[in-house]
Amino acid sequence: MAELVAVIASTHHPFYYKTSTLPESERPPFAAEWIAKIRNFRETLTKARPDVLVMVGSDHFHQLWLDNMPQFLVGKAPVYDANWYNEEREFGLPRMRLAGDEAFSRHILREGLDAGFDLAFSNELRIDHSITCPIITLRPEADLPIVPIYTNIFAPPLPRPKRFVQLGRTIRELVESMPGNQRVAVIGTGHLSLELGGPRQFGPTGPDPEFDRKAVEWIASGDIEGCLGEVTLDSLHLPGNATHGFMDFMLMMGVAGEGAKADYVETVDLFHTMEAYFTWYPKGADAP
Amino acid sequence: MSKYLVNKFLFTVDRDPDLVRRYREDPVGTVAWWETEKANELLNCTAAERSTYQRFTDAERAALAAQDHVALFEMGAHPFLTLTLFIAMFEHDHEPLGYVRAYADRMSHLSLPYPDIAT
Repeated sequence: MAELVAVIASTHHPFYYKTSTLPESERPPFAAEWIAKIRNFRETLTKARPDVLVMVGSDHFHQLWLDNMPQFLVGKAPVYDANWYNEEREFGLPRMRLAGDEAFSRHILREGLDAGFDLAFSNELRIDHSITCPIITLRPEADLPIVPIYTNIFAPPLPRPKRFVQLGRTIRELVESMPGNQRVAVIGTGHLSLELGGPRQFGPTGPDPEFDRKAVEWIASGDIEGCLGEVTLDSLHLPGNATHGFMDFMLMMGVAGEGAKADYVETVDLFHTMEAYFTWYPKGADAP
Repeated sequence: MSKYLVNKFLFTVDRDPDLVRRYREDPVGTVAWWETEKANELLNCTAAERSTYQRFTDAERAALAAQDHVALFEMGAHPFLTLTLFIAMFEHDHEPLGYVRAYADRMSHLSLPYPDIAT
């Protein structure tokens, strides 16, 4: 069977690419620390030597739209073109092209349906920065096939937090039941507290540093029950109007498992958001 | 209320560089043209397959024509769509972060709970 060699959860800040590719003299003051931390974070994936990446993210109204909105969708294509005109325009993101793994996608879909998740699928999916940002930070060579899984954290009605955790647990089972001997990393991105398009956006810190502190603690310690005890669809409005993206972190906690302490934890305080990076090695940190 | 249609306007304009330019330069004309010609287009179908019922309320039409992002927020338009499009239209006239901070300041009278964005 396939081997789950790393579980990685990350924020997906769309400006990392632009920040890290500016000439050094033009970089903002926070760039050096950010870039150094991303290089360390990248090493946590590199040393796991994955063959394929299962990537969890959320389309930001690029291809998925309100006339036909799936809650959970699996890409099932041989190739994924990536990044969109408005991401190029606003964030300076490059167009990218990633290989798919259709057999892996087929397995996730078939077994996921049988496990009780009515997964939507797409045979032609152009992915966005929720998936390309972690490629840029963690695997800039973009040389590994991916299996994209999109969640709806964006267009209510949304699935509840518990459903994200359940899907994470199921994704782990599906990865570990994939025939063959691939080394698999599951990488998912979301947000801590975040406000976009509202009065608390682009402040000196993220909109709710106290939520961020608790969120990092839940994730780092694998405290799924504690997190589920406090986080609801309603409560997620309080830390910031885009904070429902935290549910993708909860999904990744489901992949990592109850009580699973992260082997690598790092954060970066940026002016309007806290960035956070976590890696778990299911086989132990010494033998990823 | 037709929050969905307001979002559809923001979505379809934002993804088209020509429409972004056109809406910035002629908001009243662009909103009127869009409501007549585009509002009933099904996005993944041939042009002949149209809806028959989509129209803005007067308040929605006026908010879009006035490029009033605060009114759009108060109506429950999706804040991400509004922000992305308004950054595209106006940010380049400002210092870094100047536009998005002014955008927030114009909404400082708003408090939780924010308007419902469910469509």
